[in-house]
Amino acid sequence: MISTYYAGLFADVGILTLGALSVYIILATGQLSLGNGGFMGIGAYVASYLTVALHWPVTPALLVAGLVAAVVGVIVGFPALRLKGIYLAIATLGFGEMVRSFFLVFEPTGGSGGYRGMPHISISYIWVWAGAIVLLVLALERSRLWLEMRAVHDDETAANLVGLNTTVIKIGAFGLGAAVAAICGGLFAHQYVYIEPGNFGFDRSIDFVLAIILGGSTVGLGALVGALLLVLVPEWLRFLVDWRLAAFGVLLILVLLTRRQGILDRALIMRLTFRKTA
Amino acid sequence: MTHLLTLDNVSKIFGGIRALSNVSLSVPPDRIVGVIGPNGAGKTTLFNVITGAYRATEGNVVFDGKEMTQWPSHRIMRAGIARTFQNIRLFGSMTVWEHLLVAQPHQGNMLRLVLPARFADPVAWRRAEEALDIFGLGAYRDTVARTLSYGLQRKVEMARALTTGPKLLMLDEPVAGMNHDEAEELRLLLLRLQGQGLSILLIEHDMPFVMRLCHQLYVLNFGSLLAEGTPAEVRSNPAVLDAYLGSETAC
Amino acid sequence: MLLQQLVNGLTLGAVYTLIALSFSLVMGVLSILNLAIGEVFMLGGYLGFALLAAHVPLAIALLGGMVSTAVVSIVIEKVAYQPLRDAPLITPMLSTLGCSIILQNLVTNLWGSDPLQLPSELFDRRIPLGPISIGLMQLVIIGVAVVLVALVAFLVKKTSAGRALRAVAENRDVARLLGVSPQRVTLLAFAISGALAGAGGVLVSLHYAAITPYVGVDIGLKAIAVMVIGGTTNVWGALLAGPLIGIAEVLTIAYGGSQARDLVVYGLMILILLLRPQGLLGGARSDVGQRV
Repeated sequence: MISTYYAGLFADVGILTLGALSVYIILATGQLSLGNGGFMGIGAYVASYLTVALHWPVTPALLVAGLVAAVVGVIVGFPALRLKGIYLAIATLGFGEMVRSFFLVFEPTGGSGGYRGMPHISISYIWVWAGAIVLLVLALERSRLWLEMRAVHDDETAANLVGLNTTVIKIGAFGLGAAVAAICGGLFAHQYVYIEPGNFGFDRSIDFVLAIILGGSTVGLGALVGALLLVLVPEWLRFLVDWRLAAFGVLLILVLLTRRQGILDRALIMRLTFRKTA
Repeated sequence: MTHLLTLDNVSKIFGGIRALSNVSLSVPPDRIVGVIGPNGAGKTTLFNVITGAYRATEGNVVFDGKEMTQWPSHRIMRAGIARTFQNIRLFGSMTVWEHLLVAQPHQGNMLRLVLPARFADPVAWRRAEEALDIFGLGAYRDTVARTLSYGLQRKVEMARALTTGPKLLMLDEPVAGMNHDEAEELRLLLLRLQGQGLSILLIEHDMPFVMRLCHQLYVLNFGSLLAEGTPAEVRSNPAVLDAYLGSETAC
Repeated sequence: MLLQQLVNGLTLGAVYTLIALSFSLVMGVLSILNLAIGEVFMLGGYLGFALLAAHVPLAIALLGGMVSTAVVSIVIEKVAYQPLRDAPLITPMLSTLGCSIILQNLVTNLWGSDPLQLPSELFDRRIPLGPISIGLMQLVIIGVAVVLVALVAFLVKKTSAGRALRAVAENRDVARLLGVSPQRVTLLAFAISGALAGAGGVLVSLHYAAITPYVGVDIGLKAIAVMVIGGTTNVWGALLAGPLIGIAEVLTIAYGGSQARDLVVYGLMILILLLRPQGLLGGARSDVGQRV
């Protein structure tokens, strides 16, 4: 059996993969969300409340959490239509901070004192979810819907003019991304069996973005690669003791400078699987 | 005869500028209609109003019996209109193949859309294969379309338009930048499509091309309709000559 | 009591104004969030602190802080922004994030992660003003902020450098055709942005009489909200929104509990984005943006 230390890291990778995927799904339609920590928080608190206060089993709690977050995501998606580019990103940042501060004052889930008492889940359980959602996204990437999302990303006007309902596509992406982030949150809550609002702020949101951009922002597997990087590299840098964070910052900049699409992209995947491009 | 597309007194005003003034136009089924006029006459604006990119300030647009003046673009296009653009608008990250899949109509249930296309939507898959064949793009199937030559990009854009299964094809300067052979190839293709039941509305500056191809012409100048009629009628219309050549009677 | 809170709110607001302006300059020219600003601000605080602790006069400490952070910002521009200037906007943004990680680690290693206290004799002077008293330091903070904002406004409106800045913010390509170098303008924007953040840092350390490596995180994010509320493209918007938010925050803490304050600040930001996306004084259209 693997040691608790590595098990913990492995769990973190699974959880972060889902968080990165939640950004990826929304990013695929050309919308940058800097607030998915908020959706994660909603998922964490809803799932935890169901398991702690209402004694639900974990799986249905996660499903309901995903549903609730999806509804919130769709609601967020509507005003988001009016904003583009960096302004949308800033609005989502604000949304994430609002969710965090909401849970700071929301006493039924502990407020600033945090919430505890969740049943603990196993690493395998986390990876069943993470694996399933990764596979779902990989399948979705081969669908016509995904092509339509990419069309909205590439040229929203042209997408409209070939008959694509860009409104539904963009809002739907927010809903789906929110649901995935919520599952991430529910798993996080039941892995650490204690959550507090600070877990779901801008730091978390930017971690998700970092993971997908570094791992590869044009392919779903990039989320997994990015999660591996973000969890494992700081561990490998521990030997630098006090300077490991700065080293991480340097590495981050270096990767961005040398390979801006992220580590994984379609061409690399083609090569790695021995397929040829024309 | 009911027309496929009818514009009734359409005007488009931007701020204080009348980009289109009381333009009335109709496209019969199975016909090729051309819109010509000097630069800045409002031809592309006309296209944009028809496709819903702009809302008409006044007047009606009726297509296939439906009044769609206020409809959102995607709904208008799904009703059976497809268009190409003056500056080609392809999807930057997509291969040729992906272009031929993405625009197709949604038929059947939702599952066809969200499951992997190869297995879930064989109809769409086959249609894309056909379009690939018809336009001779097979060799470029997995190439990112934006990296192709200008002529091939135009083909991809046309092919994409046709995969939507339109009743009306709107082409904005389709032969711009083409040499004589390419233009001829396109002319024959358009005639073939028309023979299969497609109506075509096109904007062009290439007079010989337009004269040889179109059944009906509309001439726009400064946002208003200057003349309409068959190519022969329009060619000999003094107002049209005037608009194009200006007052060069001294020549 | 209320008036006292208002004064406190104005003081906090002054800091917000400077940081908001700092974000605004880079945002206006490049449409990106320079995510390093929070830590540049924090660095300014530490440099100012170091100078003040060495009994350097306040004005020199302020200037020293501003110059150093301007230089650091120029380095950030060269290393993190320039090479990525034609990449999708998220990429240089994350690059500046990398710089912020480096800066924070650097400061924590140099000065430790515990708060440092400033010598208290600077903060004992209070000036009675009717029913309330205003600390000398508070006056200094507000005064410096107003002066700096006025300087930036003057720079942007009246100098040729400012015209170049506005030209590039308006339309990069046209500006280049007119002979303006977007590279030089970007450098200028980063430098001024850094100087303002540094000034904010020195002032905030005066406000709290202490400095920690984590002061940049919360204030940085709130300053983004202030920038949006005031209007990204208008210098005076930051001067209006800063105190507005500072006062709102202080009042919320006094009457609603300190947990609710972020709710109020970001709630206001989202309200503005929904109802008046160009901000209170802004003219920018936020429905047309570059692909991020």
